[in-house]
Amino acid sequence: MTENVSLVIVSHSPDVARGTAEMVRQMVGDEVKVAHCGGNPDGGLGTDVQRILRAIDEAWSPRGVAILVDLGGAETNSEMAIELLPEDRRSRVVLCNSPIVEGAIMAATEASGGASLAEVRATAEELSPR
Amino acid sequence: MSAFSDPDSASASQKAVTGSVRLLHEAGLHARPAVKLSKLAKKFSARISIANSPDGPWIDAKSIVKLMAAKTPRDTLLHFHAEGDDAEAAVYALVALVEQDFP
Repeated sequence: MTENVSLVIVSHSPDVARGTAEMVRQMVGDEVKVAHCGGNPDGGLGTDVQRILRAIDEAWSPRGVAILVDLGGAETNSEMAIELLPEDRRSRVVLCNSPIVEGAIMAATEASGGASLAEVRATAEELSPR
Repeated sequence: MSAFSDPDSASASQKAVTGSVRLLHEAGLHARPAVKLSKLAKKFSARISIANSPDGPWIDAKSIVKLMAAKTPRDTLLHFHAEGDDAEAAVYALVALVEQDFP
């Protein structure tokens, strides 16, 4: 089977990021690669562009990478990380506008069936609060 | 991977396959069972719908978001409807998954 789209979880809290990735692994399985990062370099709450870049690298799939974020800075730093990617990778990484935990489970379930990056993002975003 | 294809594009020889099974899972079709059900449905090329009543509304069994949004409670009689080359195998496998309580 060809490789699936993979996920990156970016939270202000390393515990939330790790816990979300763990939920994906337990609920959906390991056919979807999930990398996670959270916290600033000083060990406090926050997000860090370099860590996000490393997580994208770790999760990398030629089918693409969907990023799930929590609040404000997680989103802007993830956007910055995407801009810093080599050009050939930039178009294959997207941010999902969805709740971080729920979106990660939905995105991973969709990705596990071999869906495209656009379909994975659409499924995560379908869940957005009404 | 579009879950629903235009019904008119299916060849006339393809018959619809249906099946039903009682949902006995303690918490109903909550997150983990819904993930398992939609993952299994995605393994088949058939168009597969699921409903809580034979009159519908029918939802796409491959859509994890719609399955979870349905919040199907315990003791519901689940109905499956599938069309496509592997429709029969799909209904058989999905009914078995529910019967075996989402192993």
